Amino acid sequence: MTAIDLSDLTVWFGLGADRVDAVKSATFSVATGESFGLVGESGSGKSTVLRAIAGLIDSWSGDMRIADTPLGRRRTRAFYKQVQMVFQGPYASLHPRHTVDRVLGEVLKLHGFSDIDSRIDRLLDDVGLGKGFRFRYPHQLSGGQRQRVAIARALAPEPRIVLLDEPTSALDVSVQAEILNLLSDLRAERGLTYLMVSHDLGVIGHMCDRIAVMQHGRIVDLLGVDEMRSLQTAHPYTQHLLDSSVRAIRQP
Amino acid sequence: MTNLLDIENLRVRFPTRQGHFDAVRGISFSLRRERLGIVGESGSGKSMTGRAILKLIRKPGQITADRMQMGDTDLLTASDKQMRRIRGRHASMIMQDPKFSLNPVMTVGQQITEALRTHERISRRDAHARAIKMLDAVAIRSPERVMDLYPHEVSGGMGQRIMIAMMLIPDPEILIADEPTSALDVSVQLQVLGILDKLVTDRGMGLIFISHDLNLVSNFCDRILIMYAGRVVEVCQAGRLHEATHPYTRGLLNSVPDLEHPRPRLDVLKRDPAWAEAPSVSALT
Amino acid sequence: MTRTSLRAWLLSDAPQSRRQASAAAWYNGWLKLRGNTLAMLGLIVLIVLILAALCAPLLATQSPFAQDLGARLLAPGEQGHIFGTDSLGRDIWSRLVYGARISLYIVALVALVAPLLGLIIGTVAGYAGGVLDVVLMRFTDIFLAFPRLILALAFVAALGAGIENAVLAISLTAWPPYARIARAETLTIRNSDYIHAIKLQGAGPIRIITRHVWPLCISSLVIRVTLDMAGIILTAAGLGFLGLGAQPPSPEWGAMVSEGRKYILDYWWVATIPGLAIFTISLAFNLLGDGLRDVLDPKEAGK
Repeated sequence: MTAIDLSDLTVWFGLGADRVDAVKSATFSVATGESFGLVGESGSGKSTVLRAIAGLIDSWSGDMRIADTPLGRRRTRAFYKQVQMVFQGPYASLHPRHTVDRVLGEVLKLHGFSDIDSRIDRLLDDVGLGKGFRFRYPHQLSGGQRQRVAIARALAPEPRIVLLDEPTSALDVSVQAEILNLLSDLRAERGLTYLMVSHDLGVIGHMCDRIAVMQHGRIVDLLGVDEMRSLQTAHPYTQHLLDSSVRAIRQP
Repeated sequence: MTNLLDIENLRVRFPTRQGHFDAVRGISFSLRRERLGIVGESGSGKSMTGRAILKLIRKPGQITADRMQMGDTDLLTASDKQMRRIRGRHASMIMQDPKFSLNPVMTVGQQITEALRTHERISRRDAHARAIKMLDAVAIRSPERVMDLYPHEVSGGMGQRIMIAMMLIPDPEILIADEPTSALDVSVQLQVLGILDKLVTDRGMGLIFISHDLNLVSNFCDRILIMYAGRVVEVCQAGRLHEATHPYTRGLLNSVPDLEHPRPRLDVLKRDPAWAEAPSVSALT
Repeated sequence: MTRTSLRAWLLSDAPQSRRQASAAAWYNGWLKLRGNTLAMLGLIVLIVLILAALCAPLLATQSPFAQDLGARLLAPGEQGHIFGTDSLGRDIWSRLVYGARISLYIVALVALVAPLLGLIIGTVAGYAGGVLDVVLMRFTDIFLAFPRLILALAFVAALGAGIENAVLAISLTAWPPYARIARAETLTIRNSDYIHAIKLQGAGPIRIITRHVWPLCISSLVIRVTLDMAGIILTAAGLGFLGLGAQPPSPEWGAMVSEGRKYILDYWWVATIPGLAIFTISLAFNLLGDGLRDVLDPKEAGK
């Protein structure tokens, strides 16, 4: 069964003459349990794809399916129990006036769980924070800790599919390593499906099995991670991205 | 060859409600006509160091040092007026995001010529001509057209090149670049670094390159200082970075996911409190 | 708990319970405000005023309505009248103290009605967007266009003069700026990732507006209210001065200034003393508002 199936997805902003197509006829699928990466530079449309799947954007056409069920204009509560998203963060993804307890508690309440207290404690344990963090405000947490809370929030409804929008771009390298390890562990433990967006080829190469490369709203290449690791790819744009990332300027 | 910059035991301190916070805790280094990289994570004090050199830290922050010498000017005792003459003319700074460091209500041309005319008595026409030449030097095609654009009308990479042009036009001896390419796309990064490389080499300047990206700095700089918790924990010659011995440096190197050497799990840095307590490694020459 | 351990508990960076977390947040805000001397001055003046209003019967030397035509226009200090007497021989100090009640009543009423109305209209308009936004904002513009005094005159003509109608008139013209502020904040907040995140949990618009948007708008509104208070009081005083607000013999400060107009050259205290009271309360609100802005500014709250 495919977890995510996109066919000819086009997403635009603005109307009529002002219309700008951020995503143009994107087509790819993600198998259940797979970790799929979406790479591109800024303006390539990769984050827009994620937001369209999540139901945050109304202006799209084409076909989107989650677990073989087509998606319409609105998303249902059942959808949100299956699909969740981790945002780039860490400064804007948590409400500045809500404690961690409030954030997680609200999510659990919206999804109708009853044993909220114990679930909050368990979630915080699962993401590597202790109970001691439960009543902190976001400004009392470091970037990495905030991102862990964001991951806990995404995991609270027990989804099968997690959309990750540059989850570690704003973090220090050492913190990024912890978060990537956490994400790998969680995926292995729970059999999750990941659709991850990043501009960092190293991160994508570490986390993903298959990768789609986007440029100016179009998917220009689809490759497996082994091909990417070989540093010799067929498509010129993918090769260009690889060259730019791995080798920085060398002195004479 | 004399040093362009000599800093001994630099400290930057901020008073807070819970006591003092020391952002930089006694670091020492010199700068010659070379490229010095300062690498660290957030909170390491690297940006504060850059700002402290140009005394850009406002009260209640305090800068103290045993010695801060730029050529034959004593920076520690320099007055505000002397510092204003130094900034731009002898030492310039490029920051991370041109969106925030270029004045949004002035055209590119106005900003560059203003930078020039602050330090030299020069006619508007001559300043304009120099600005065009400078824009050319940073590989901007059709510089005449760009002179009349506003910062929001240019791309990130071009904005950063304009920033470089603006900062180098008064011909300073020292350039401090604080994460100059972090906000740029990967392919644009290389282009901007290439321009920086050429200009710094051609003019024989000293460059302090502040970044969180260890690999980038190791490819671009001659010497690297690795900072942690306000102190320097290791000094490396670039190109010999993989021979680094300090556990923090090794930890940083190992936590970056490497396409060419995949691992199932990334090594997580175990922070040893002893690193913050050990005295700062001196990088004086 | 001992004093130092209470302070440590409140300043803790790692609160262990809901109570501790919110108590700590309030305490930190309080410390910030305390650091601003002028704001504290404003706060103290206001507290004194509130206490004076509450304890008016205890502080006043006589009834504010007691006339004594034999003791008209006495200078301050004469015959036990601290601030002298007015044209009907009423003790100005007593009238001042009872008048504080009226001023604070006006302030409280307007401060409750106007920002609340503005908050609701502004956040709904900003969050919903589209046609609803346009309609609500044009509705706001209509009320913004009303000159306050003319509206008060209209109310007086329709409903009769009195302090309640004056307050009503002021409230109805005071809410539009709050709606605009609330809408502007909502437009910014609405695009934040934490709002997207809660939408992805199936939260409906009412929950999002009341529990996520309102807490972030409250700061701006509180600041604006305190800064507006000065204007509100002056407007009420102006209405009183015109005879449209509090009616005689009510000791409303604006009315007192009006009554003292005729005597200002020879008996300056009759108009000037209540005028100084109006000035003081306005200044106090302004200083407090400035201090609150430093504390509540969202840019500071993130640190």
